Amino acid sequence: MNRVEGRVKVTGLATYAAEYPAENVAYAYPVQAQIAKGRVKRIDVAQALELPGVLAVLSCEDPPRVAEDADPELALFQRRDVAYRGQFVAAVVADTYENARAAAAAVRVDYDPDDHDVRLSADHPGLYRPDVVNPGFPTDTAKGDVEAGLAQAATTVDVTYETPVLHNNPMEPHAALAFWDAEGRLLVYDTAQGASGSRAAIAKTLGLPPDRVRVVSRHVGGGFGAKGTTRPQAVLAALAAREVRRPVKIALTRHQMFDVTGYRTPTIQRVRIGADAEGRLTALEHVAYEQTSTLLEFAEQTAVVGRVMYATPNLRTAHRLVRLDVSTPSWMRAPGECPGMYALESAMDELAYAAGLDPVELRVRNDPETEPEGGLPFSSRNLVGCLREGARRFGWERRDPAPGIRREGEWLVGTGVAASTYPARRMPCQAVATVRDGDFLVQVAAADIGTGARTALTRIAAGALGVAPDRVHVELGDSDLPRAPVAGGSMGTASWGSAVVRACEELRRDGREGRADTTEEIKRDAELARHAFGAQFAEVRVSSVTGEVRVSRLLGVFAAGHIVDAKLARSQFLGGMTMGMGMALMEETPIDEEFGGFLHRDLAQYHVPVCADARHVEAVWLEEHDDALNPMGSKGIGEIGIVGTAAAIGNAVFHATGHRVRELPITPAKILAPRF
Amino acid sequence: MNITLQVNGAPRTVDVDPRMSLLDLLRERLGLIGAKKGCDHGQCGACTVLIDGRRANSCLALAVAVDGSEVTTVEGLASGDDLHPLQAAFIEHDAFQCGYCTPGQLCSAAGMLGEPGPSAVTEDLTVDPGLTPEEIAERMSGNLCRCGAYVNIVSAIGEVTP
Repeated sequence: MNRVEGRVKVTGLATYAAEYPAENVAYAYPVQAQIAKGRVKRIDVAQALELPGVLAVLSCEDPPRVAEDADPELALFQRRDVAYRGQFVAAVVADTYENARAAAAAVRVDYDPDDHDVRLSADHPGLYRPDVVNPGFPTDTAKGDVEAGLAQAATTVDVTYETPVLHNNPMEPHAALAFWDAEGRLLVYDTAQGASGSRAAIAKTLGLPPDRVRVVSRHVGGGFGAKGTTRPQAVLAALAAREVRRPVKIALTRHQMFDVTGYRTPTIQRVRIGADAEGRLTALEHVAYEQTSTLLEFAEQTAVVGRVMYATPNLRTAHRLVRLDVSTPSWMRAPGECPGMYALESAMDELAYAAGLDPVELRVRNDPETEPEGGLPFSSRNLVGCLREGARRFGWERRDPAPGIRREGEWLVGTGVAASTYPARRMPCQAVATVRDGDFLVQVAAADIGTGARTALTRIAAGALGVAPDRVHVELGDSDLPRAPVAGGSMGTASWGSAVVRACEELRRDGREGRADTTEEIKRDAELARHAFGAQFAEVRVSSVTGEVRVSRLLGVFAAGHIVDAKLARSQFLGGMTMGMGMALMEETPIDEEFGGFLHRDLAQYHVPVCADARHVEAVWLEEHDDALNPMGSKGIGEIGIVGTAAAIGNAVFHATGHRVRELPITPAKILAPRF
Repeated sequence: MNITLQVNGAPRTVDVDPRMSLLDLLRERLGLIGAKKGCDHGQCGACTVLIDGRRANSCLALAVAVDGSEVTTVEGLASGDDLHPLQAAFIEHDAFQCGYCTPGQLCSAAGMLGEPGPSAVTEDLTVDPGLTPEEIAERMSGNLCRCGAYVNIVSAIGEVTP
């Protein structure tokens, strides 16, 4: 169905965080560290304070009060230490945006710089083994004997893949608008992927009881993980508003977003695979090297995909981290699975060539009965069906496997395939459903960051109530509503939907109201391997003159449980695949090794796909209904679309050119490099 | 300094800071939040409006430089309760997700429909190419959509092309 908020979005009336009207609002503008490591010696605000309209300057010279146990990325201006270039070291509050910006440029900061270290390598002396990787998986696993499995293999590959720093870059920059009332209660309009979680984080940072804080995020202009954890703008708006006793608004610039709103860690991944003469895996080893900051540990779960994908008696996965003088990496669409499947699925393609097997057939042949690492049964698994259906639609059987032989004028043509996977989780959630004016009101502090949550929950509630969707009104995006988990990890709809169904069932019994809390229900969930699967097929044309890669066809076939709404689901899949195309071909944030921070900090340098890049992208799905997961039988679909895309495109580039690029993105320079 | 401009058909006289962009004038002073700030550098297109009928990045125009101009924002596309055909098509084709780039896409599309001549993908420069899907995609490539609604944006606009 059409999005329930479609009309306000196309008429410009949808209100995002920075856009709520506020009387007497002031503007905050941050000052960022110009060194990557060291200490702030002195901050001279005298000149800034003399400029027109300036109300206050916040800095470590007079630290605003925050809780002692606050997250170090949110405890603004508490310490003189600089942990990374671009960290907020001060902020100006002024009566207009122009005045705040000008005064921020007039704040003088003197530093005692130290030598910094911002470069990840697989032999970095600081590499260590974290206790767990996100969101709680074992860091390492080992089953059987990988070395023995490789020794007995008929074919082996031993390859290392690298992925760069990637930035989420939602279209709406992170913003916040904060109000304190006379009783000391705080209201923040925040760009949050979860109002309940944002409230908890802001309250914790400021040392307030959660019920003194309200967070409203009715419309969020994309997140892809970057708004999944509370970011400094929300805390800065609150601190500044407390300081100047006026509402304060801050909208980060695109440049500031690169520095303080998280990014996907770069990865170096070594994959070793062995297969017998029939192509059955005798061993699989996947080791990921990644970075975190000196402030916090963020351990991306990149190598966990090997624990899920293919049957093998000998399996080892491992993660190693190094703490660098960088901002803390964070969540970006399919964290772990996305970079991990790029490496694993590229290596599987290399194995297929080495073994002389069709890459679809190789994957089918190694489809496991149970989860390879833990041995758990799958709640449902239809990777083979996705591969078969995709091959049929794509015309895969006509493919000549020989690389580098199809030429149309200057263009070399090739096709590639890769598998997709993503966990199907759910989290405890509360919801309330009531009868209002003969229709139905459903309340849950869910977030619609563009996923279509409002629409999906409307359909889910209508189904549970047995009424038409236009009789259901869903309220979300407000921490005053029943507590709900984040729009992340592809578990939003599964979590919120479970609570909404239970609340609606209770309403049908009660006649007037239904309240639900799924905490106990979820505790009783059976122990199963819960994952969505998919297969992506790419056709690329590579210019033999310029090295440019164009994706002439991209097809995704997914098995993701019951699809709640076909129109919105297709959009989600297409969006994920389009972002995956960006990862394959253009997205990269180079690190500034000399000065720290990032060399590219805007959309002229960080390229994302544009309309002309995404011409023939198609997504379909298999019928699947997984009753073990949740009352809808659904699996989350926000992330699986980006998983595997980069490998499918990279594999197609190899098929087109005969040249394997093992470092993303696959830029023209890397295509042309073998010639020089 | 005082400037006067027509915004969505109504004259507006405003005392503006000479450093203020047209985008900030619309959003912060006139309460027209439809035009979005995505990059403030003319790189994303979220702020696209029509200035004297032509699409333009309002973040790259200083407010004082549009004194006397006619500006149309997404709020001015519909006629009362009747959506502009592009707006209706965007809803029907699900040509947006988060909605943040949408006002810019719509204004850009409205401007594009009236732009004659060839583009970078036009093969025969001697004939009017018409707004084929390839032409639409090329001409809309100044408007980024991170949600990746491009396929649907092209089909929505294609439905409205003359």
